[in-house]
Amino acid sequence: MNMRPETEAELAELIAGRDAPLWIRGGGTAGIVPQGTDVIETSGLKGISLYEPGALTLVVKAGTALGEIEGTLAAEGQRLAFEPADLRAVLGTDGAPTIGGVVAMNVSGPRRIQAGACRDFLLGVRYVDGLGTAVKNGGRVMKNVTGYDLVKLMAGAHGTLGVMTEVSMKVLPLPEAQGCVLIDGLSPDDAVAAMSAALGSPYDVTGAAHLTEGMDGTPVTMVRVEGFGAQVDYRTGKLKEMLGRFGDVHVETDAERVTAGWGYVRDLTGFVGAKGDLWRISVKPSDGPEVLRVIDATKAQMDWGGGLIWAVVPEASDVRSQLGVAGHATLVRGAGQARFHPETPVNARLAEGLRAKFDPKGIFNPGLMGAN
Amino acid sequence: MEMPAPNPTILAKKAELVRRLSEVLPEDAVIHEESETRAYECDALTAYRCPPLAAVLPASTQEVSEVLRICHDLGVPVVPRGSGTSLAGGALPTADSVILGVARMNEVLETDYDNRFIRVQTGRTNLSVTVAVEADGFFYAPDPSSQLACAIAGNIAMNSGGAHCLKYGVTTNNLMGVTMVLMDGTVTEIGGAHLDAAGLDLLGVICGSEGQLGVVTEATLRILAKPEGALPVLMGFDTNEGAGACVSDIIKAGVLPVAIEFMDRPCIEACEAFAKAGYPMCEALLIIEVEGSPEEIQHQLGLIKEIAAAHNPVDYREAADADEAYRIWLGRKSAFGAMGQINDYMCLDGTIPVSALPEVLRRIGELSKQYGLGVANVFHAGDGNMHPLILYNANEPGQLELCEAFGADILRLCVEVGGCLTGEHGVGIEKRDLMVDQFDPVDLEAQMAVKDVFDPAWLLNPTKVFPLASSEARRAVKIAAE
Repeated sequence: MNMRPETEAELAELIAGRDAPLWIRGGGTAGIVPQGTDVIETSGLKGISLYEPGALTLVVKAGTALGEIEGTLAAEGQRLAFEPADLRAVLGTDGAPTIGGVVAMNVSGPRRIQAGACRDFLLGVRYVDGLGTAVKNGGRVMKNVTGYDLVKLMAGAHGTLGVMTEVSMKVLPLPEAQGCVLIDGLSPDDAVAAMSAALGSPYDVTGAAHLTEGMDGTPVTMVRVEGFGAQVDYRTGKLKEMLGRFGDVHVETDAERVTAGWGYVRDLTGFVGAKGDLWRISVKPSDGPEVLRVIDATKAQMDWGGGLIWAVVPEASDVRSQLGVAGHATLVRGAGQARFHPETPVNARLAEGLRAKFDPKGIFNPGLMGAN
Repeated sequence: MEMPAPNPTILAKKAELVRRLSEVLPEDAVIHEESETRAYECDALTAYRCPPLAAVLPASTQEVSEVLRICHDLGVPVVPRGSGTSLAGGALPTADSVILGVARMNEVLETDYDNRFIRVQTGRTNLSVTVAVEADGFFYAPDPSSQLACAIAGNIAMNSGGAHCLKYGVTTNNLMGVTMVLMDGTVTEIGGAHLDAAGLDLLGVICGSEGQLGVVTEATLRILAKPEGALPVLMGFDTNEGAGACVSDIIKAGVLPVAIEFMDRPCIEACEAFAKAGYPMCEALLIIEVEGSPEEIQHQLGLIKEIAAAHNPVDYREAADADEAYRIWLGRKSAFGAMGQINDYMCLDGTIPVSALPEVLRRIGELSKQYGLGVANVFHAGDGNMHPLILYNANEPGQLELCEAFGADILRLCVEVGGCLTGEHGVGIEKRDLMVDQFDPVDLEAQMAVKDVFDPAWLLNPTKVFPLASSEARRAVKIAAE
């Protein structure tokens, strides 16, 4: 059964009278919700409640389509700076991603390494907990330490703590220009060394990725800068000079080509159609090459300077036991294993305790996170 | 601000407590003589004082764990303390509590430039984190004005900000991992040198929890490459509205300065009298700082100048060099000292939507007349974080209470216009009783439920953040269990 409440009050009433499991679906683009379960569609909770470009603030209902938000922001020369990915092609899903889904999964793209993750741009939430109580936390202002930060807790909780009905976000101006410094043919080790040098420079790098197979099938390392036109020219020039010792460096400043290149990285375009399980692995950047060595990837790329590895491996490969370095691995597409990395016993106990407080009946997305 | 009466059962356990603490800590790390515990009777909210039952200065995570286990066994509340610079009373003890100071844990444990992080013990001061990496061209971004003295432990507890957070974010945006000890002595690691720790964002809720969820003993912090340079520009306006609109237009134009500071006339006058920085006498003054190479700075300043011109500034000064930059910042940085020279003052910390600035300043002016107390406003204008400074005479009976009532009205006003009670100082005891003005009971209940999970006995800093009436039932369980 699918339920589609249109107000927070309707949603609260529906949850209050409920003891059986419920799956929460935004656009359904992550492919998480199992078949044949009772589902709450959040797409009825939609609309922009407040947008103040001069204060960089957006308040929006959780079921609002991401595309609508991005369009509204672009019309004012602004954007969601954490660069949420669109993984529909690689996951084989359709539907329209919602902001609630993006927040619930803390979806953050290449710019995360400089600007921050989705959770860093989330200023406030309203949600309905597992007993049907509507709760607010945070607000719509950028600096706020009033009480505990449940806002961060809701980001990335995958709906297990409550159904978000409204979120407030900090937005940022679109840059006037962008440029990308490209190095061809590097090994993963040299690529991470080059990206570390770039990220440790004063040039405010907003993306650093390495594709073992770029658009032309050979390895490419990409470093992005954004800003005013003259600034981008200056910074790409400096980076080109600095990275020359790693290999043959060239600079791309055509906005369309730079946007397309980073879209290819962000949306895992090169992975579309690749058979096997899709993993997302977060490690210390300098451990990235080691991860590539030990896992049996048929397709792989490093983002976040080496700290975020996306890999397609043969079905049922036990990537977690192969890792051997600190970090965590999420099974984004595949079956037979838990989606999320097991936590340490103490942290698992804390997380379990929190879920039991927010959702005492254990009805939200049962079994998705933790052991329940 | 009321504090609950000390629990006589706990007071009676002092000898046993001191004996057991002395078994796990060196002699000079257990402070229990009344003449010495007085050193821990307050933090920077000096109007409230109370010596603790004892104070301990552990030197390692292991020692912190043993102290907490003992206090947990005996049912003694623990108040964690960084450097004691809280303006909100976050480290204020009660007579039946143990102060746990982290000052002896101040080592740098690991510096990793390739992966851009530093791991430190949390007793280390904020500024000394930057000092440890600046020779190699890096810095730690959050820069609260107390950064010379304040500890990373306190920064994490209060999610501290600073003048440059418009670009670089606050503590929570720069914290990658912690080692934390729970009240029962359990040690846990959350996050680390990789981004976005697995599972629920525990790190996110720990940061800013005012020492109520655990004692953070080690922290992995993001460090950044220093920008090539930075220069400020100063501009004066004859209305607050003009200054506010100018800020909004600069942000809309896509210029993202690292700092936008605002001062109103009373503040300008006081700073000028004190620091003689040569500020123009006007209704509102903005200091805006941009970063980059010399050419990049000139380009951004050019844009800012063009935008400002549309708002008819009465004065406009660009710093041509480091000396002029110093003079522009001088008055702003002496603002608090200048106020202290004139009078006793209380520093508030509400945040408002930037668009509400003119209305809020007008209404603060009206309240000032109504209460008969002067007020000056310093404001991180880019992010809406206000610091109204209320002037009063602490020696005149009744003035502190009057000042507190005025402050409470200003903070309620911040909430009314869509803002919040505190932007970077924290709730502590100072704003505890105002929480009901921002939150409904169910909102507070959800937050207190988090503490129930981390600290079921409600022993860690239990009388802070939540109104005593709201937390009473939970704190009473502990007392009943005696």
